[in-house]
Amino acid sequence: MPARPAARRTTRPARPAPELSFGDLWTFDPAPETADPKLRQRYDLFIDGKFSAPVSGTYFPSINPANEKTLAQIALAASTDVDLAFAAATRAFPAWSRLHGSERGKYLYRIARLLQDRAREFAVAETLDGGKPIKESRDFDVPMAAAHFFYHAGWADKLEYAFPGARAWKPHGVVGQVIPWNFPLLMLAWKLAPALATGNTVVLKPAETTSITALKLAEILLEADLPPGVVNFVTGAGEVGAAVVNHPAAAKIAFTGSTEVGKKIMRASAGSGKKLTLELGGKAANIVFEDAPIDQAVEGVVNGIFFNQGHVCCAGSRLLVQEGVAEVVLAKLKNRIRVLRVGDPIDKNTDIGAINSREQLDKIRRLVNIGVKDGAELYQPPCKLPEKGFYFRPTILSGVQQSHRVAREEIFGPVLSILTFRTVEEAIEKANNTAYGLSAGVWTDKGSRILKMSTELKAGVVWANTYNRFDPASPFGGYKESGFGREGGRHGLADYVQLH
Amino acid sequence: MSSTGSAASRRLLDEIGSVDAVGIEERVAKYGTRSIKKASKVFGLKLAVSMVDLTTLEGKDTPGKVASLCIKALHPHVAPEEAKSLDPLPSVAAVCVYPAMVRHARRHLGNSSRVKIASVATAFPSGQSPLKTRLAEVRAAVSDGADEIDMVINRGAFLAGEFGRVQDEISAVVEACGSRTLKVILETGELETFDNIRAASFLAMRVIRPGDFIKTSTGKTSSNATLGNNQVMIEAIRDYFLDTGIAIGMKPAGGIRTAKQSLAFLIAVKETLGDAWLTPARYRFGASSLLNDLLRQLVKEKTGAYQAPYTFSEATESY
Repeated sequence: MPARPAARRTTRPARPAPELSFGDLWTFDPAPETADPKLRQRYDLFIDGKFSAPVSGTYFPSINPANEKTLAQIALAASTDVDLAFAAATRAFPAWSRLHGSERGKYLYRIARLLQDRAREFAVAETLDGGKPIKESRDFDVPMAAAHFFYHAGWADKLEYAFPGARAWKPHGVVGQVIPWNFPLLMLAWKLAPALATGNTVVLKPAETTSITALKLAEILLEADLPPGVVNFVTGAGEVGAAVVNHPAAAKIAFTGSTEVGKKIMRASAGSGKKLTLELGGKAANIVFEDAPIDQAVEGVVNGIFFNQGHVCCAGSRLLVQEGVAEVVLAKLKNRIRVLRVGDPIDKNTDIGAINSREQLDKIRRLVNIGVKDGAELYQPPCKLPEKGFYFRPTILSGVQQSHRVAREEIFGPVLSILTFRTVEEAIEKANNTAYGLSAGVWTDKGSRILKMSTELKAGVVWANTYNRFDPASPFGGYKESGFGREGGRHGLADYVQLH
Repeated sequence: MSSTGSAASRRLLDEIGSVDAVGIEERVAKYGTRSIKKASKVFGLKLAVSMVDLTTLEGKDTPGKVASLCIKALHPHVAPEEAKSLDPLPSVAAVCVYPAMVRHARRHLGNSSRVKIASVATAFPSGQSPLKTRLAEVRAAVSDGADEIDMVINRGAFLAGEFGRVQDEISAVVEACGSRTLKVILETGELETFDNIRAASFLAMRVIRPGDFIKTSTGKTSSNATLGNNQVMIEAIRDYFLDTGIAIGMKPAGGIRTAKQSLAFLIAVKETLGDAWLTPARYRFGASSLLNDLLRQLVKEKTGAYQAPYTFSEATESY
């Protein structure tokens, strides 16, 4: 009989609990993506169809969170620059909105194709600037951004069929848009594509830590010959965002970001007559029932929370697991996250990249410490982290209670809080017991239960037996403090037009 | 599946848990995106070489063909120059032949060979013979010198829900092969669903011994080893191991022809079962043309250039 190392364990009288070993027997060599991101040393504002220096002449650095090195200098806009951008957008609006839909569609198709042509370059730029793994920017962010331009290009000349029951529609005018740092290019596409398809013009502010791909997209807009002023990018931090959303020339505001800022915008825009859509935070429940295929549920839970380091507003950050399988789910989760590869985002094998900023890293650490102090049990796999850069191990907090802060506050990091439930009613109650309502996940073999859950859960998106699935045709948006308005699909288009 | 069959299957799945096909495909798609370079690639390729059950299962097999297969198994690549540079190149795990060829293989490999002799038996590939005949075939292969027996399960009985009969037959083969290693072929291509593959894996694992294997397929049906059914089976092995401490081996067979494919399977093993299964004692590839592609990639890693197919000895199929 051949040698059987396995037999050793079984013949030992009091055998320890069997364990899997995920060690260093077969380590992977670095596999960096080598495409040139074609970065400039300095990025100006993009106003009225050209790159122009900010009035103040001030620039700020954009760093690579993976190694804290400066990637480029970004123009800091002042309110005068924002005025210039709105003036350009206002000038461009009449011609752009009167352009036949099929012509606007052509521009969008052109943008989508140019983005596909330069997909690898954009993926690398996105990863360097934001810290997300290259496999995500390559396989998700960039292709999905292009898909949004394609989808809305298709609608541009069919808008009379988009809003059944409405007699007429017209664009709002100039739209002020402010987007977050977690999906810089994708959020830009979500905002830009429907606005342009419906004939609006745009002043958009990217997040200050991740402006580069927006400004690279400006190069594509130039190449696509988009008329000057139709799209304007102003860069900078919160004050620039405030100048954009408070600008009197803005007919509509679209914001994606924190609930805190969303509330401020709502207060500031009250009574101004501006249309408003907000896509804010989330604390989604991912609910695993006993009859779910456990391994695939575990995989979905991992996708749900560790995708993009958990910097996802719809991340499944609360795992609600039915008591009968709580133990096995936790054990399988631990084994699964032991093989997640944390490290240099530009490496093609990296599963979890860098946290976007030091500030965000500090916030994650603080909240995890509070979770442990509140009584949650912490598990982190023993992976090595790079010395430079902002990294956080994938983290599981088990034994979390509804009242714990880690069950209520959005952590926006690779941290999963686990709670248990016994009955369907309890699951629904716990899932809905949150200020947020952006998304939820349900894992069960029972179709009728999926339907019940999807009607009872107060969440804009409910995924069944999958998680973090996106499609340009599918509307996305929240309930309660997760905001209002939808992006994607016909619902998303409707938010960019006035219907009569 | 008959109604009694589906009831039995439901009971078993209640116990061992079901599989979501979409989720499995999503999981295994991630293995394909791993990028294995340089030293890690060479390690993976050599590991794969050491795990190959070099197979010839043709009606037209001859003692001569088996002889050259045995030499290839011992010394996979003998071109003088590169052989030196590829040193140490492992021999493969085993040769896999029909029972009638076992004694020829034994004659060429001798009695203390590091390359094992595996023999398919039990009326391979269909299993459609009386149990008595199948067991006699196993005993004949063993007495001719086989180290390992690759049996097929009774798919008819399995699909009819006669799980007791499936297990009894496997037990009878376990007994017939004595101290020899047993590999139980589920023939995944005939089991229709991932749920069935998981169920059959558990039925087999519960009656075989530590160090025995479960194996995907015979290579004789249209659908053979895939990353998907490999994943379902290694997850079953993992769950059974964590539950009982009994380590069962795994052998995907049929359809794995390229080095790149085999690396994806090994990544699946690394990330699902861990380091302890990255050994020919617990993981094998049932393949024939795979070996030459592994060698071709290994030589390329060394020399930077792909060699012409005829550089490698043609012990298996033609390219």
